[in-house]
Amino acid sequence: MSKADLANVRRELGENAPAECELADPAGPVRANVGPPRSGLMGSALMGRSLMGRTALLAFAVIVLFAVSILLGSYTVTVPDFVRILTAHLTGGERIPGASFIVMETKLPRAVIGTMIGIAFGLSGALFQTMLRNPLASPDVIGISYGASAAAVTAIVVFGASGAAVSGAALCGAMAVAVLIYTISRSGSPGSGGGNHANAAGSRLILAGIGIAAALNAVVNFLMTRADIRTAAEALIWLNGSLNSASWDRAGVLALAFLVLVPAAALLAGPLRILELGDDAAAGLGIRVGITRLGVVAVAVALAAVATAAAGPVAFVAFLAGPIARRFTGKASLPAGAFVGALIVLAADYFAANIAPLLLDGTVLPVGVVTGALGAPFLLWLLVTANRKDA
Amino acid sequence: MAVLNAKDLTLQYDQRRVVEGLTAEIPEGKVTMIVGANACGKSTLLRGLSRLLKPAGGTVTLDGKDIHSRPAKELARILGLLPQHPTAPDGILVRDLVGRGRYPHQGFFRSWSAGDDLAVHRALEATETLELAERNVDELSGGQRQRVWIAMALAQETEVLLLDEPTTYLDLAHQVEVLDLITDLNRRRGTTVAIVLHDLNLAARYADHVIAMKGGRIVAEGTSADVVTEDLVRDVFGLDSRVLPDPISGTPLIVPLGRHHAEFPKSETATLELVP
Repeated sequence: MSKADLANVRRELGENAPAECELADPAGPVRANVGPPRSGLMGSALMGRSLMGRTALLAFAVIVLFAVSILLGSYTVTVPDFVRILTAHLTGGERIPGASFIVMETKLPRAVIGTMIGIAFGLSGALFQTMLRNPLASPDVIGISYGASAAAVTAIVVFGASGAAVSGAALCGAMAVAVLIYTISRSGSPGSGGGNHANAAGSRLILAGIGIAAALNAVVNFLMTRADIRTAAEALIWLNGSLNSASWDRAGVLALAFLVLVPAAALLAGPLRILELGDDAAAGLGIRVGITRLGVVAVAVALAAVATAAAGPVAFVAFLAGPIARRFTGKASLPAGAFVGALIVLAADYFAANIAPLLLDGTVLPVGVVTGALGAPFLLWLLVTANRKDA
Repeated sequence: MAVLNAKDLTLQYDQRRVVEGLTAEIPEGKVTMIVGANACGKSTLLRGLSRLLKPAGGTVTLDGKDIHSRPAKELARILGLLPQHPTAPDGILVRDLVGRGRYPHQGFFRSWSAGDDLAVHRALEATETLELAERNVDELSGGQRQRVWIAMALAQETEVLLLDEPTTYLDLAHQVEVLDLITDLNRRRGTTVAIVLHDLNLAARYADHVIAMKGGRIVAEGTSADVVTEDLVRDVFGLDSRVLPDPISGTPLIVPLGRHHAEFPKSETATLELVP
């Protein structure tokens, strides 16, 4: 059957259904924000609630993986034991020697931070990608992570910093690069006001980011060649992105940032949905485009920056989360992106810490190596399937 | 009802001045067509009238109040705009897209109401897209898609609606369909409509009021019979033509001369009379 035939069949199907549509309409249980995936012939009545359903499914998967990473692995804990350890810890009761320490000081903070940075990276990527309507627009591709890396490596190599100071430097570096990219993308003539204005600004932002990323990569490499071998090794671990130094202090800092940033992202979700229609249409619907854009960039950069500060630039999580969530739920969705981000980090970290050692004679990989290895084939897959869609 | 006025309006991109010292009124309850050659500033004027572009000089007022002094969302409940190239998000349903037209009516915490459902239903009904409601916007034809975008603008339920070339990329049948639809809207709801249109013949037929622009200024305005003349077409478009009465509507019909076609003797066409 040719494409045209298929289109005809679809049309007929659509035209035979009006009675049903009208029946369903006035009560309107099908809300504006639920929709089926790009399933063509599949009836939408069947898939009508799939976005919410599938987002809930993702959230459930995060909880399962969170539990797995605490309970299983190189040191297994049973559920009753875990509950006992947790209550003992919270009430100051009797501790189980060894187990209490491993669970409360290693496994639990590691899983908590893994989940939080996953959510932060996923949300950050989804915000950028939705706003710029471009899957390449994620903080790790457009140089924001490189800003963090360059600053952190400078702190480690030049100033001999460690711990919180490195995180602080990374945070500042990410923010500085974001401001730089934003300024560059805003400069230059905005053209004659055609509809492509917004896309042009978006492409400029991405290109400026890629250029700056390349320059900063050179800075990092230069510093690495100048550093003595031990410092370089320390910097390299940070650069790969790792949850090995997870601690409650870091989780606390992340939680504080979340307290501000997650509600801010939720608040921006509504205007962002309208901004998807293009700048002009959004302005016609009463969105203040400039301010909204700035708000989205600020929140997305802050999310990527705090996550990078906590665990290093875990490669490609922000880049992968949005498109995977989109394929899974059928449309761009911030919560789905956040959950997929958490899933990627938790799964990659479990693999890196527990499965990789079995395959690689006991070598524990930093989580960023696993996500990085996933990122490249995914980018290719995205390119190939995107072309097929346009054809 | 709302009256949209531009006074001494100057619009520019960076340093490039596109519209200069323009004063115009979009007459209430009528269909106004803004015509002119490429790059004459007609789309820019529409952007200026709809708050997309802040004036470098002069004011745009709605019911006597400067549109830039109002909150954006409040203005969007009165003044709607359908731009030339809106973007449909991937995988969006027709009903979902039309529903986004309700955004200005939704509060900070109040997300969706029965009134919104009703407005969406009415908009789908008016544009005859009800049966497309559960379809993916990506799978629609160009004409269907344009009707859906107009449905979104209708769902906004504004008193004034501005449309930037709503017939671009459509074949003639769909162009007529879209303009009929907009005329229905004007007649039934009394919506004040201003349209930037390329096709002078269709503009002349569907307009209650024509604004002809050249070089960022208005060169003529009034009914199409008054405005669309051979002299004006030569002045504004640099095109020699004959203007005949449209045998269907009696409005001016422009027949371009071009360099390759000889003219019939004047007497044949002179017997036809323009109906004002």
